[in-house]
Amino acid sequence: MTVSAELDRRFRDAAAVEGLLDVAYELHDTPVGRLLIAVTEHGVCEIHYDADPDVEAERLARLFGSRVLRSPRPTDEARRQLDEYFAGTRHEFDLEVDLRPAREFGRAVLEELARVPYGELTTYGTLASRAGKPRAARAVGTVMNRNPVPIVLPCHRVVGATGSLVGYAGGLDRKRTLLALEGVLPPDA
Amino acid sequence: MMEAVRVPPFERFYEEQRETVFAQLRGMLGREAAEDAFQETFLRALRAYPTLKHGRHLRAWALAIARNVAIDALRKRRVTSSEVPDLESVDEPLPYEELRSLTAGLPQKERAAVFLRYGYDLSYEDIGNALGSSAEAARQAASSGVRRLRKKELS
Repeated sequence: MTVSAELDRRFRDAAAVEGLLDVAYELHDTPVGRLLIAVTEHGVCEIHYDADPDVEAERLARLFGSRVLRSPRPTDEARRQLDEYFAGTRHEFDLEVDLRPAREFGRAVLEELARVPYGELTTYGTLASRAGKPRAARAVGTVMNRNPVPIVLPCHRVVGATGSLVGYAGGLDRKRTLLALEGVLPPDA
Repeated sequence: MMEAVRVPPFERFYEEQRETVFAQLRGMLGREAAEDAFQETFLRALRAYPTLKHGRHLRAWALAIARNVAIDALRKRRVTSSEVPDLESVDEPLPYEELRSLTAGLPQKERAAVFLRYGYDLSYEDIGNALGSSAEAARQAASSGVRRLRKKELS
C-alpha cells in the first residue's frame, strides 16, 4: 500500500498552511508551454520555461532555503492571473514579486521594467536610462536574459533600438507569441 | 575521502522517504492512524529541516521522527484503568509501557504476538509477517500469551 494522492496533497497543503516552506512551486500549462511557478512568503520568485523541476528545486534551495516543496496552493493566485493574461482579460498583474537575490542594478532595472505597460514596447537603452545608467544598455540585456519572473515582469516588451526583437530567454517564438497576444505584433508575425 | 553531502531540497527528501515512512507508520498504527501520523511526521521534519548540517542518514532520521510520532499516537490511546485489563475485551490498544512490563515474563514469541496485537493493533496476518510465521500461528501465540497472563494474574 502506498501513499495515496489524497494523503500526498493533504501534506503539501498543510506544509504551506503551517508556513513551513521557503519556496512552494507548481507546474502550470499555458499557451507558451509548461511553466514552473515558484513563490516565497514575499511573492513570486520564479517563473521558468521548460524547467527541469529537480534542477530548479536545487537552485531555489540555494537561493531561498532548503524547504522547497511542490505545493500548488500558494501558487494559485499567480496561476489564476496568468490564465487571465493568456485569455486576454488581464492587462496588469497584481502580484508581489520576490527579487531578493537580484543585485542592486538588476533590481532597479526590473523595477523599471515592471512599469512598462501592456501592449507597449521599450528599448534596452531606455530602461538603462530610467534605471540611472544611460550607457548600460548591454547590462540591461543581461538582466532581461536572467529575469527571474518573465511574463509578470514583461521583458518581452523590451526590444532593440532599431525595433528588432533581439532575444528572449524563453526563445524568440515565445516573445512573438506574447507580443501578438498584446496586439503589438500581428498574430502571424 | 569524506565529502560534505549537502542537504537536498525538501521535495527530494520527501519523495525519497515518504513510502518507507508510511510503511513503518502503517506497521505500528494501522492504516487510518498512519495517515494522520504521516502528515505529522513530515511537518516535524520540515520544522527541523533547517537545522540539518548535512544530507547523510536522512532515511534513519525520517524513520526516527516517524517512530516518535507513532509512539506519541499510541500513548494517546492509553486506557485509564489501573487494573490489569482483560486483554481480549479492551477496544483500545494498551499503553506501550504498561504492556511492556505486563508481558515481561512471557516467552519471546508470545510476548511479541501479544505486544503487536494489543499494543500496536496489528492484524494477525501482519503479526505473522513480522514474526516470520503464519497468521494462525500468530493468533495461537497471542492467545497462549493471554492465557498465561490470566494464570499469572489469578495466582
